[in-house]
Amino acid sequence: MKTNLSINGKRYQIDAPEEMPLLWLIRDVVGMTGTKFGCGVGQCGACSILVDGTLIKSCSMPFSFGIGKEITTIEGTTANLQILRESWQECNVPQCGYCQSGQLIAATFLLENNANPTDEDIDNAMSGNICRCGTYTRIRKAIHMAAAIKNQG
Amino acid sequence: MSTIQKINRRDFVKLFGLTSTGIIIGCNISSDRKEFIPTSDENSFSPNLFIQIHKNGNITLMASRSEMGQGIRTSLASAIADEMEADWKYIAVKQAIGHEKYGNQNTDGSRSVRTILEPMRKMGATAKMMLIAAAAQKWNIAASDCKADNHFIINQKTSEKIFFGDLIDVASKMPIPNENMVVLKKVKDFKYIGKTLKSVDLKDFTHGTAKYGMDIRIPNMKFAAIARCPVTFGTVKSFNSSDAEKISGVEKVIRLDRMIPPVGQFFGALGGIAIIANNSWAAFQGKLSLEIEWDYGENHSFDSEKFSEILTQRVHETGKLVPGSRGNVAKAFTDAKQTIEATYQVPFLVHTPMEVPNATAWFQGNKVEVWAPVQDPQTARAEIAHFFEIPIENITVNVTFLGGGFGRKSKSDFVVEAVALSKKIDAPVQVVWTREDDVKHSFYHATSVQYLKGSIDKNGLVTGWLQRVALPSIVSSFKPLSDYASGFELNQGFTNNPYDIQNFRLENVKAEAHLRIGWMRSVVHIHSGFANNSFVDELAFEAKKNPLDFQLALIGKNRIIEGKSDYPFNSKRMKKVLENTAKISDFNRKRPENHGIGIAIHYSFYSYVATAVEVSVINGNIQIKEVWTTIDCGLVLNKDNVINQLEGAAIFGISLALFGKITVKEGAVEQHNFFDYQMTRMKDTPKITVDIIEAMNQPATGVGEPGVPVMAPAICNAIFNATGKRIRTLPLFEVDFEI
Repeated sequence: MKTNLSINGKRYQIDAPEEMPLLWLIRDVVGMTGTKFGCGVGQCGACSILVDGTLIKSCSMPFSFGIGKEITTIEGTTANLQILRESWQECNVPQCGYCQSGQLIAATFLLENNANPTDEDIDNAMSGNICRCGTYTRIRKAIHMAAAIKNQG
Repeated sequence: MSTIQKINRRDFVKLFGLTSTGIIIGCNISSDRKEFIPTSDENSFSPNLFIQIHKNGNITLMASRSEMGQGIRTSLASAIADEMEADWKYIAVKQAIGHEKYGNQNTDGSRSVRTILEPMRKMGATAKMMLIAAAAQKWNIAASDCKADNHFIINQKTSEKIFFGDLIDVASKMPIPNENMVVLKKVKDFKYIGKTLKSVDLKDFTHGTAKYGMDIRIPNMKFAAIARCPVTFGTVKSFNSSDAEKISGVEKVIRLDRMIPPVGQFFGALGGIAIIANNSWAAFQGKLSLEIEWDYGENHSFDSEKFSEILTQRVHETGKLVPGSRGNVAKAFTDAKQTIEATYQVPFLVHTPMEVPNATAWFQGNKVEVWAPVQDPQTARAEIAHFFEIPIENITVNVTFLGGGFGRKSKSDFVVEAVALSKKIDAPVQVVWTREDDVKHSFYHATSVQYLKGSIDKNGLVTGWLQRVALPSIVSSFKPLSDYASGFELNQGFTNNPYDIQNFRLENVKAEAHLRIGWMRSVVHIHSGFANNSFVDELAFEAKKNPLDFQLALIGKNRIIEGKSDYPFNSKRMKKVLENTAKISDFNRKRPENHGIGIAIHYSFYSYVATAVEVSVINGNIQIKEVWTTIDCGLVLNKDNVINQLEGAAIFGISLALFGKITVKEGAVEQHNFFDYQMTRMKDTPKITVDIIEAMNQPATGVGEPGVPVMAPAICNAIFNATGKRIRTLPLFEVDFEI
């Protein structure tokens, strides 16, 4: 049976088991590969997406959870995500780049809920996302920069 | 078209130090880069394998080394562009397939820049000379009256200028200059080299459009997961897949035999039971539903804790003398005012790149195409040729972005698995490892136990140094029964430590391998860096000396030690990075209560690094407060990239110092995933300051790895400074500070 799913404002007709995690549905069924697999157990945040604006680790949330809700992935856009992308580029954050989809989505969620995060706020909001290359200091700097740009504009 | 096609590319590239032949082809891994146009296209000019100039002025540069986060695509491109006098905004980078025509593509050992910077600069300089020759012909003036500047050739007599893109027709008819005619730019004239350039891949990295191995999608491809024996080299006795086959999406269950490589070559593959499915998740679920009876084989009895005890016993007895030892250590100990002994341990470690091992393969008759995140595409290709008896020219290995490598993706076992499965099912297939597979079936960074004994005279000077090293060798992965560390491993900080000690003795101690041993970022330097710096700190304490002054004295007088390589060790450069780190960390400043500072130096991959770390230890909790690192890596190619690498190396070093420990019981790795093999996270991240000692007239040396080995000892020395507790066994999360 086909079910509707809305990702980045576009509707998809999906035929998949309801218990399939959203991560694999997005990657292997819909075919959008920007959302990454890192651990499969909600430990690393590479698979972060927004579901009705809430930060979700998509490897650990079944497809059924997304039905009737709006899903935002790294391929999508929000005003905050766009500002963060620019500050990420300005700070030359990524090394291998693999975890950065999830980092950007987690940072987007932070900025949506906290216009001016402190270092401690960033520590709390971003510690669910692992970067094995170790770009954390730059991520921190880029989030501060994005908040500053947003607060100016 | 032009004469360019008639030129023997093999001779040209040989001339420039990269054995090579063939035409230009490549793999496009970025979203919006134009496809590479072959040389027969009239709209572009390719003076060599690495450069293609298009009519509209766009330049496509070929990256022959794998991008795994070390910024190589940007760095190599910037060197070519600099010598060409190209405008950076016209540059796009394309990833080369695995092929010997590009020279050695093995991306490890922090050596890409070190070994191919000069050839790449020559590629750029040659292209510039041909463009100048073309413009000179158009203007009918001498080449010496022309110069290249920011994508134009300038007529220095009239100040007229011609755009690069408008010169390609004529340039492609120009003869390729001889190597001895090629003049490289002077350091003062560098436009990109030594400056800061942002990654060429930022747009893709921030939009989810960069294609990693796992992102490859081919029509009708299948996904596969493999259940491998928990014990290294164990085999399947019997299995029942009836539950697995009931899972929606599971299509086939296949038994995969272990593929054993010839001695001295390759990596092979472990074998196991493979689930073929129409999506990764179904394959994972299928794998979990298998019932398998294993024959665990001879590694079943392996226990890493017992092994550490055995190695600890062995290092307390005499080992095999290693060449390079000098003086008379026994006499130094007898004559000394004081001798000090210590035993250090590092556990097994695993790389855990964020992107797990994976590969997509399509076996079609006598042709194979692979898309994979590999550090060494040529070895992957050679392995496929060997195991599947396919002519090597029929094998294409497309190199995708690597979601981290750290040495894990130098081994192409996951590629061999994908090819074997594609052959069995006659369809393209992507093998995806779960994180648990990655943690439990890796090529592990070896454990080590070291015994050190040192002597101090009445002036507090070190007179003797005995070091016994027991670590399972990487060679064991190629050659079974290699039970001692090899020469190349001992040459990573043991035989070549930076200290000027008259009586020095190194002994090699037996250590068998019961896991697949591999190399991980900084490799054996992790062991030597930890023990050497910890022991120097212990000696300094016993000699009642300031650890900074003690390190400086131990490095000794200015001297240059000619090694076997082109990069002699220069003690002056070592002292300079140490003095700089002392300065930026204000090392001798008194720290707050419960805080401490520690320092460590290490010479690796021909680069000099000194790091200071400040920690606090409060109520048994260690916090890394701040890190200061100085590197001298000779000529700096991309300044911000060097800083980024050193920041990342600090985090990598913190991870292994705080959390890194793989244990083995009954032959099986006990850890699973990031919950029991932990990583440094944002909340653990200190402030990090990186300083570069510019040595632009020295050859470029390693950057990706040298920042790691200093971290664990600097942290442990800081803990000693804060608490008086000496840590000799990693990792720190197991240490109880409240006792």
